[in-house]
Order: sequence, then structure tokens, then C-alpha cells
Amino acid sequence: MSSDYEISDDENEYYEYDDDDEEMVDAEDGSASEIEVDGFGNDFKVGVRQERKIYEVDYSPLSQPEVERIMQADVDHISSIFGVEPPIAAILLRHMNWNKEKLIEKYMDNASAVAVAAGVELPPRELTPPPTKSTSSRGSTAGPLRTLRRLSADKGSSSKGKRVSPPAEEPFVCPICFDDSQTDFLSLLCDHKFCAGCWKEYITSKVRTEAECMITCMGEGCNIAAPDPFVEKALADDRETWSRYQELLVRQFVSCIPHLKFCPYPSCTYTVSCPAAATKSSLAQIVPIVTCGASGSHVFCFGCPIDADHRPVVCAVARMWLQKCEDDSETANWIKSNTKECSKCQSTIEKNGGCNHMTCKKCKYEFCWVCMGPWSEHGTSWYSCNRYDEKASIEARDAQTRSRASLERYLHYYNRWANHEQSAKLSMELYAKTEKKMEEMQITSELTWIQVQFMKKAVDVVHRCRMTLKWTYAMAYYLAPGNQKELFEDNQRDLERAVEELSELIEAPIDPETIMTLRQKVTDKTVYVQKRNEIMLEDTAKGYLEGRWQWNTTVEGFETE
Amino acid sequence: MAVSSRRLQKELMDIKKEGTPVGIEVLKADDFSKWILSVEVLGDTIYKGEKFALMFRFDNQYPISAPAVQFVVDDKWSAPEHPHVYSNGHICASILGSEWSPVLSVVSVCVTIQSMLASCKKKERPPDNDRYVAHAPENPKKTRWDFHDDNV
Repeated sequence: MSSDYEISDDENEYYEYDDDDEEMVDAEDGSASEIEVDGFGNDFKVGVRQERKIYEVDYSPLSQPEVERIMQADVDHISSIFGVEPPIAAILLRHMNWNKEKLIEKYMDNASAVAVAAGVELPPRELTPPPTKSTSSRGSTAGPLRTLRRLSADKGSSSKGKRVSPPAEEPFVCPICFDDSQTDFLSLLCDHKFCAGCWKEYITSKVRTEAECMITCMGEGCNIAAPDPFVEKALADDRETWSRYQELLVRQFVSCIPHLKFCPYPSCTYTVSCPAAATKSSLAQIVPIVTCGASGSHVFCFGCPIDADHRPVVCAVARMWLQKCEDDSETANWIKSNTKECSKCQSTIEKNGGCNHMTCKKCKYEFCWVCMGPWSEHGTSWYSCNRYDEKASIEARDAQTRSRASLERYLHYYNRWANHEQSAKLSMELYAKTEKKMEEMQITSELTWIQVQFMKKAVDVVHRCRMTLKWTYAMAYYLAPGNQKELFEDNQRDLERAVEELSELIEAPIDPETIMTLRQKVTDKTVYVQKRNEIMLEDTAKGYLEGRWQWNTTVEGFETE
Repeated sequence: MAVSSRRLQKELMDIKKEGTPVGIEVLKADDFSKWILSVEVLGDTIYKGEKFALMFRFDNQYPISAPAVQFVVDDKWSAPEHPHVYSNGHICASILGSEWSPVLSVVSVCVTIQSMLASCKKKERPPDNDRYVAHAPENPKKTRWDFHDDNV
């Protein structure tokens, strides 16, 4: 699923002769020549990040500590400019959604107003702040616990949460729990005293159930913010809540910065920085697919909420397509059943593997699963399976025919889209099957474990390319008719044919006699398929940059064209 | 003893000792999960002569988490006609949601609701009443309130 095209390809080193593929793009993955040279060792070489491909976006994954360091740098910067302790600077920054420039400007204009709004200073001339309704003006504290060296300075000392010893005459009772056995009280600079137990419970509830990291005083209408050292102290031995709190702080920071995005995979704490995709307008030119760094399978789009690689289609079009599928697919599902009938003998056939080349068990008729046409037309000269004949729909005269044509047109693309998705889903099964096959090969032939990796590689490539193909159908559905679309569909056709051929090779039965030939064939085809995939992705990416793609509908970000 | 029980016991003791503010009476407070208090708006207001019942439900997170508060609507009681009160008794008030503070108590919530009613100039239901009531959860705390305004 991941599309790590950056696997290194030291062409010159490994690539000894070119066969007939002069324009070989990605030679690394074993041209035929490699087999003789050194087996497949270099398949597993995780390359140094190569020069970026045109369809890739420049980004860097950041771990939580790395983001915390960036936050800390901002905090230290503000701390030194304003002359406040870092925990206070952190509250101010959070209050201003980490907009440093705006904070500096406002603070220089009226420091006190900003400080009061952020909850780091008491409102003027009132010891107890009046019940204000400013829900937005909450501030709390960021990042890891930092040094408290400056906490002794005036207001810092109170924000640290001083221990208030109850007056001797009348024992102070916490106004929340009324537990007179409590002796340990904490308060923020507003001096609203509560027992340590209530503070702990309150902060835990905020962090755990409300996922809130802007903690304010428990007093009614009091918006004085709790700095990090106070929060840490109040949470005492509950390190789990403390680390959850720190994660929430990072999330708040990341959500404020346009060039950062939190990894959407469950319980992942990584962040991705992608300045190239920070603006909306950039999303008309690039498809910012990124990986978070925690795991190679955490592939997602920086520009939209799709948690998968949707290249080559841009975010706006991908969204439109998914929306359309969601709206219309019930009809599509109804029409497209899971089973099909052999067009010759009408036997019901269920597809249970990835290849589109079907052979009817009963009558041995060979046909294409997608178009149900005879396979003989596909393998050799003419391959018409990937493109919808627009001319036919133009001829539609009355409204009924037109609407049927439009549904048919949609279904044409949807079926191909769904078919690739289905095949890709089956690839998990295929992996298992392939693994068995690889074991078998080691027994029946002289090949070593390393040398049979070509099968796994081929399955990977097929899977990846089916993902590309899947999205090309979404793109083709929205492309305006014309030369550009035809070129696009040519590339699509070439890729699709190559993928189907490779897919078929993978599923072929193993014969010890021909295993070396099979290996050669699979390897060659894998290289070729990868090349076609590169061409597909590169050409569409270039097209975006050149503004070459015209849509048959209004697409967000392309309005001016 | 759980914090919520101790706290409610203390509130009850205070009520017994000091009584409730004018217009507010305890109708039922015999356990620590559900209390009912009556609220009457005094003086010359549009609710003159009317009496309402407020139901409080507490979980064991009280007072860290807000109680579930709503007007009782049954054969005997009805909800006041007020732009922040739905006909099923649910109340849209920030102090019962995001503005809740553990320092607040049952009595102080009653006082706030009382003054909310007292300052109202026109009897009407919230504009989205029908829509809300049709789909409202049983417990008002499960509603994500979007506080309309803080003036009333």
C-alpha cells in the first residue's frame, strides 16, 4: 500500500545492460540482468532518500519530542522577549493559537490585556476575578516540564501553585469536597484554594474525558490558567495522565500550525511537517501523500482527510469522487453484483483472485472479468477495457437515454474503480498464497529464500499499481474530453494491461521445469509495471504543474482556468 | 465515602442549617443520586404565580462534573416558557455545561436559574424547540449545547 518509490536505484552500479527498455526509469527492482549478478539482495536495500520524484512531496515526519522541541523554541523566544517565565509564555502562545507575530504585536500594544485574557494575570483592581464569560480566553500550559529557574520572580511564584497553609484558628476546608481531613491545598495566582485531591480529580477529568489541555482555576467564572508545573504537581504520581496532557498540548500546537498535521492513525503520536502543502492553492498542483515515520503503513494525505495514497488524483477531485460513490453506489452495487455469468455458457462465476483473465471452468471460455469480452482481444493487439466510449453517449437523444447514459458512464468508471479495490483487497490472500508458493519454489528448485523474493516483490508492485489504477478511474471520470484525456487514458491502459499480465503470472502454477523462465518473466514484468506506474504518476503530476488537466465540472482550486 | 456523597451531605446540612434562598424549596433529597427542588420567581415578573420543579441527577464525579439539571415535566409540573428552556424540560445554560465550576452547588444552580427566569421579558420557546425535543437524549448532559447567548 505504501508507495515508497524512493527505494534507491543506483542504476549505474547494478544495471549492466538495458534489454530493450531504453527508457527504464526504475532499474533497481531487478532487471533481468540482476538475477545473474547478485540475486535480489538489493531489493531490500532501504535507500538513502533519493532525489524527489515529481509526484512526491517534500515533507518530514516529526516525533512528539521533536514537536515539543519546536514548541519549546517558540516558548523560549517569547519568554526572552517578554521577560516572563517559560510556563507563562507557553500559556500566552496557546491563548493566541501559537501565532507568535500576533501575540508579540498585541502584547506590545497592551501587555496587561493579553495577560488577563490568557489567564496569567488577575484583572485590574479586583482580587477575585468577576465571573467572566470568556470561554475562548483560556490558557494553560505546554510541553514538557521545563526549568523553573525564573519561577521565583513575582507572579511566577504564585502560578507555580504555592502550598497554602490553612490559618491556624479556623481550619480551612476545601469548598469542593468538604473533607476536613484534607491538609494539602493548592491555588493558582487567583488564590482560590482547593485541596490537592480535588485538583487532581478535576485535572484528570479535564484531560481524560474532555481531552482539554487548557486547564483553568476551578473557581466559578475564574479563568486563571494553570501552568504546566502546576498541572504536573497536581497530578502527582499519575504519570499516565501527565503524558496524555503533554500529547494534548502537542495536538493543540499542531492543529494551530498550517504546515503541520497529526498522523490520523489510531494512537499514533507522530506529526508530519509539509510546508509545500500548507496552503489551499497548493493542493491544485500537488498530491501531498506522506508517511508519518512511526510506521511505513501510516500513509495519509496531508491535504485532505483521506487516510490513503490517492495519487494521481488531487484532493478536491478525490473528495468529489468519494462523495459521488457514497451517494450513487447503492445503485451501482445493485447493478454490479458480486458474481457474473459466463457470457458463453451462463454459468455463475465468483471471482476469488486478483487477475481479470477468467477461464470458465465449465466451457473453458476465456474472457475479461471487467468487460466480459473475449480475452483474445485483450492480450494481443487491441485493449478496449479501460475507456468508455463517449461517442455512444453523445448519440443519446431523449432525456431517458441521456440519464441512462450518464449512469452507465458513471458505472463504467465505478466498476473499474471497485474492481481494482476488490483485487487489492484480495491481495492479502494472494500474499499468503504467494508465500506458500515461495516455499514450494525453494523445495522444487535450487533457488534460495532470497532468490524467491521476486514473487513477494511482484505482489507488492501489483498491489501498489492497482491503487494507482483505482484512482486513475476517479480522475478519468472528471477529466474533460480531449487530447489530454486520451493521453491520460493511454497511460492508464498501458499500466492496466501490464498489471493484469503480471497479476496473471503471479497466479500461474509452478512447474519445476520452467521455474527459471517464470522467474525471469515475473522479474521483467515487475520492472515494466513499475515503469508504467512511474510514467502514469509523473505525467499526471507534471500535468498539474503545467495546468494541463481540464475538468468536466467545477473543481475547487481550478476555478480560474 | 465517595466525594460526591460527602459533598451532597454537606450541601444538605447547609440547607437544613441555613435554609434555602427565598422562592426555592427542597422537594426531594433522600438519596445522593436524584434531588428535586422547586423554584418560584418572586416579584413582578412574567412568571408571577408559577412554580417549577428542577430535577438534579448526580454521578459520582460530582462536583468535578456538572449535575444533570432539567425541569420536571409530568402531570403535575411543566417547564417554564423561556427562550432557553425546551418543552421537554432541558435547559440551555452555560453553567450546566462548559462553564460549570466545582464550586457551584445545587442551591447556587437554582438561584442562577431563578434569576434567568426573572430577567426574561417574553415568554417563548427556543426557536429550534420542536427539532430538538424530537431528537433529544433523555439526559440533557448528553446534548452538546451550543450556547445561544449569555444575556438572559
